[in-house]
Amino acid sequence: MIPYLEKRAEHSQTMVYLSPFIALALTMLGGIILFSMLGKSPTQAMHAFFVAPLTNLYGWAELGVKASPLVLIGVALSIGFRAGVWNIGAEGQLTLGAICGGCVALWFYQVDSVFVLPLMMIGGILGGMFWASIPAFFKTHFNANEILTSLMLTYVALLLLSLLVHGPLRDPDGFNFPESRIFHEAATLPIILSGTRLHLGAIFALIAVGGIWLLLSKSLIGFQVKVIGQAPAAGRHAGFSVNRIVWFTLLLGGGLAGLAGIFEVSGPIGQLLPSISPGYGFTAIIVAFVGRLHPVGSLFAGLLIALSYLGGENAQITLNLPIAVTGVFQGMLLFFLLACDVLIRYRIRFSSASGLRHD
Amino acid sequence: MCLSVIGFALVQLRDFDMIDILIPAMITIITASTPLVYAALGEMITEKSGVLNLGVEGMMLMGAVTGFIAVTQTSSVTLGILVAMCAGAGMSLIFAVLVLGFQATQVATGLALTIFGIGLSALIGQGLVGVAYEGIPKLPIPLLSDIPFIGPVLFEHDILVYGSFVITVLVSWFLRKTRAGLILRAVGDSHDAAHAIGYPVIKIRYLAILFGGAMAGIAGGYLSLAYSPLWIENMSAGRGWIALALVVFATWRPGRVFFGAYLFGGITILQLHAQAMGAGVPSQVMSMLPYLATIFVLVLISRDQKKIKMNSPACIGQSFHPST
Repeated sequence: MIPYLEKRAEHSQTMVYLSPFIALALTMLGGIILFSMLGKSPTQAMHAFFVAPLTNLYGWAELGVKASPLVLIGVALSIGFRAGVWNIGAEGQLTLGAICGGCVALWFYQVDSVFVLPLMMIGGILGGMFWASIPAFFKTHFNANEILTSLMLTYVALLLLSLLVHGPLRDPDGFNFPESRIFHEAATLPIILSGTRLHLGAIFALIAVGGIWLLLSKSLIGFQVKVIGQAPAAGRHAGFSVNRIVWFTLLLGGGLAGLAGIFEVSGPIGQLLPSISPGYGFTAIIVAFVGRLHPVGSLFAGLLIALSYLGGENAQITLNLPIAVTGVFQGMLLFFLLACDVLIRYRIRFSSASGLRHD
Repeated sequence: MCLSVIGFALVQLRDFDMIDILIPAMITIITASTPLVYAALGEMITEKSGVLNLGVEGMMLMGAVTGFIAVTQTSSVTLGILVAMCAGAGMSLIFAVLVLGFQATQVATGLALTIFGIGLSALIGQGLVGVAYEGIPKLPIPLLSDIPFIGPVLFEHDILVYGSFVITVLVSWFLRKTRAGLILRAVGDSHDAAHAIGYPVIKIRYLAILFGGAMAGIAGGYLSLAYSPLWIENMSAGRGWIALALVVFATWRPGRVFFGAYLFGGITILQLHAQAMGAGVPSQVMSMLPYLATIFVLVLISRDQKKIKMNSPACIGQSFHPST
């Protein structure tokens, strides 16, 4: 009895939707093993990780706070990944969004106007788009691999943020700490659930899910994205411009990542700091895949990954588990998902004699 | 930009005794370049077999943390290097099983490997922050190391630096002169044809991926055992990605990989020295240089589409299933 893979005649739609759940179950199993190895009671740890954070309203609101940037970026990346445009520099685009939007907030410091916040959001979007336009330009004009250029720009963006908060944007009354002024009230996001930190960004994340779903299913460019991703030759034959798709997906990803960045600094953080994101831009890649590169899927995947952040923080406080466990969990989830996805295109068969294998 | 930095450094150098500055600078350039040589050569072999592994950063970090643990626990350098190598290879085995066994997308799996490696290495290394280690011993080559200037620069290094010279020559010889190297290139250029002739495509790719992982592991081990030498979370700081860019920059040729690694090592050290001299330029701007330079050379090389197409392994990134 030797298992081998046999190609399916058609992709299995059941497996497309089943695979994330199998992967999640396997990740849980992996988690139990991991916790045992760290010398913690697995039941206690799993409870602290996945149940305890959601036992009250505040916990659910925090889930929304963490999920908002993940969903915003995840839906945008999923469009690019569908078209085979690998923007993995969302973390840098998020940072640039935070810088540009943050500059607007500091420029209009103590200006009490309803226009400050929209201006900051526009600043954030433009900042993220600008940062994403660099790999797009290099890709379309010089054929440079967008994976590497967008990633290198992430390091540059993080250094730029550090430079600014250590220098020009440092709080003049801040005892030389590398922090900007705390944003004025007019520059902070309204809370949509009193008593929690759940902010306006959550609503924007939902709008983004709806908007991109419409874009993908109803618009021409959405259709082109799907065609170019699935059958590049057919796309070229139909006269679809690959360069246009590269620009479109990167600018969209950059814009939404920039928006997520400004939401972070004007929401939960409230000022510019040397470090503003626990890797949301990278984790959003996992969100996009677990969400099956579908906007609605990304919403649920974003909530799941947000829970892993919350669980990690909670387990750190209550069980003294290192925060790095979160990253291990997220990595495992993606591994198992990619492994389970084999069942979309192949089915497992068992041959009684190895001679019957036809490879 | 690079030129202005070099010019600047030279202006500063006038005030010092040239040799006193130059020798340590050259030595540090070599130590900064060595991890890039290992990681990029390993990735080049993997890519030559037609597989793109974006997990170099994750494999390096695992090599760094496990190598450091092994050496501080047993104080055996050999064991440390071996452990780092095995950790890198072990990580790459996960990638290989997913990509070759489960037909997973190479780009996504490589990214997953990096994310996983960053997390796992941080988890394993949480108790190691602040642990001191004096660095692996230098092995001066008798006689040769006594030559003025050239001796201290080239012949007073640790085993891994010498190893990086040897491995570059070996990889070059392997690809150009051996039958196995030819088969590896055939598998990367046309897996269907190689399969039809009867070469075990999957097996060859497993070996190429494992080699890449082992090299990335050594590269990481070098960072924590010789370059720094200590363990900090995420200490590779993008070197794995720079190694990936170097392979493209070198158009998949070992000699150019070596040259490229030294170019980047040089830029890294130059900006560090300029920072130390108080160049008046903020340190963050200097630290951006290696990343900006990576983008710059990538754009410069990729511009010539024909050249990239001719040199890159034709099957790179495509999965292969024998039944199709």
